Amino acid sequence: MTISLAWADRVAPGRIVAWTVLFLGGVVMILPFVYMLATSFKDNSEVYDLSLLPRHPTLENYVELFEKTAFARWFLSSLLTSTVTTISVLFFDSLVGYTLAKFDFRGRGLVFVAILSTLMIPTEMLVIPWYVMAKTMGWLDTYWGIVFPGLMTGFGTFLMRQFFDSVPDDLIAAARLDGLNEFQIWWQVAMPLVTPALSALAIFVFLGNWTAFLWPLIATSSKSLYTIPVGLAAFSGEYQTQWEMVMTGASVATLPVLFVFILFQKYIVNGVMLAGLKG
Amino acid sequence: MRGSYERLTIAGKQAVWAWAFLAVPLVFYGVVRFYPTAQAFYLSFTSWNLLGEARFIGVDNYVRLTQDPVFWKVAVNSFEYVALGLPISLVLSFVIAYYLDRVRFGHALLRALYFLPHLTTAAAMAWVWRWLYQPVPVGVFNGVLADIGLPAQPFLRSTDQALPAVLAPAIWAMLGFQVVIFLAGLKAIPRSYYEAADIDGAGAWRVLREITLPLLRPTLVFLIVISSIAFLRIFDYVYNMTNGDGGPLDSTKPLVLSIYQTAFGRFDMGYASAQTVVLFFILLALTLLQMRLLRKPR
Repeated sequence: MTISLAWADRVAPGRIVAWTVLFLGGVVMILPFVYMLATSFKDNSEVYDLSLLPRHPTLENYVELFEKTAFARWFLSSLLTSTVTTISVLFFDSLVGYTLAKFDFRGRGLVFVAILSTLMIPTEMLVIPWYVMAKTMGWLDTYWGIVFPGLMTGFGTFLMRQFFDSVPDDLIAAARLDGLNEFQIWWQVAMPLVTPALSALAIFVFLGNWTAFLWPLIATSSKSLYTIPVGLAAFSGEYQTQWEMVMTGASVATLPVLFVFILFQKYIVNGVMLAGLKG
Repeated sequence: MRGSYERLTIAGKQAVWAWAFLAVPLVFYGVVRFYPTAQAFYLSFTSWNLLGEARFIGVDNYVRLTQDPVFWKVAVNSFEYVALGLPISLVLSFVIAYYLDRVRFGHALLRALYFLPHLTTAAAMAWVWRWLYQPVPVGVFNGVLADIGLPAQPFLRSTDQALPAVLAPAIWAMLGFQVVIFLAGLKAIPRSYYEAADIDGAGAWRVLREITLPLLRPTLVFLIVISSIAFLRIFDYVYNMTNGDGGPLDSTKPLVLSIYQTAFGRFDMGYASAQTVVLFFILLALTLLQMRLLRKPR
């Protein structure tokens, strides 16, 4: 009797309705992606056909995109700049986070507050001085020019400091007795204990740089150096009447993100929750 | 050198290591964060077109802001992005999270569907939405309107509809983030509160008003501030949906696009810097407000 009641409770009509509405809402949320992908497989004559699925699916648009435009090059630019930035952020943010969590020295509080305060400075305020700096140093229109402002982040430092805080002090003291120096203790003992945080940070930094638009738009002027979002903006402006090509470009920009999301869904969602709660 | 290090106390050695670890990062924060911040403030008091020396002109840029009709339009637009985007996105995301929180079957899948737009490249999604907004026979929205017998809408081509049309994908992308944060907040509410309310026979509406919403206060304050800042800084969507000009007739131009055009279209660096300083103080005020509202009551 209790079992059937519980069952009845679980599949109560209200719940089925709520579930169905949530599901339909979710489908509506991803419809733009579906339309984008479907159209990237249509040939030009079918674009004006509002039916979702292409009648004669073709990879022609992808072939044309990679043959006639610099998309392959932009893809590599994005991959390179996002990877370099991610590695740098993981290294430096965790090094600084560890130092602020586990070392006792005069000035620690001040350093922490200084780095934390950089979270209040909007990128939009810094792009003009960055541009002036890059111009003076000859960094405009170089990969270094794209990456240098993002090599360390206050957010990542803050996040890593929280996680290193929970690494037991005894473990560090024991490693010290074993004769490891402080750098080895950080790298060999503490780092392996915070891999979940490192993974979450890596995903955020990578995606953040993959989708970054404002600074790469300002820092680059030759087509060959564009990152994907900047290249896509220029390309779409040019090809505007060929919407199937624009949708193909948008798909190429988006697919790696979908891929990362499907692989790491749990890390990403948990990471957002964590960052939100800490914020 | 080696000898003097060996003679240090443990605390002394620790300090040496700490500053060694911090050396490169401190240079970075000094050169790439603090110096540029100071420079932005300084430039806001100058007239400079990148050639030659910046000329100090006091508060002239700020006076010019107050008299510039385009800047007033930009300020009103930015306010509209927040005033429309914030309530619409928060109500939608709360309703979604409220029901999603009770779903066990397919929970992760449903959450993924709502969250996905948040992650994807805004510049790419802007072009997808721009395509959806096209007139017939290209645009899907107008196609649907025609199918159900409603008149076609100009969307991005109308000074009245363009701003909401640009805002819609920004809200769409924001929802997933808000839903996930709401879900975390809802999960943090102890079950015992609900059980107690159940015993008292409180209805769903009363539970929502008297337990759920008050206990979600920190989550709500956080989301209000973060989302306001996000809508205030809208750029990628506007740039890509309006050919980078914030049109038609400046009707969609937000503060960041105005900064971009002033600095990198007209190379009026001082005037652009003054606009970034305005943005800085608005964000600072919002952040301080959040800290004040979230301060633990004693």
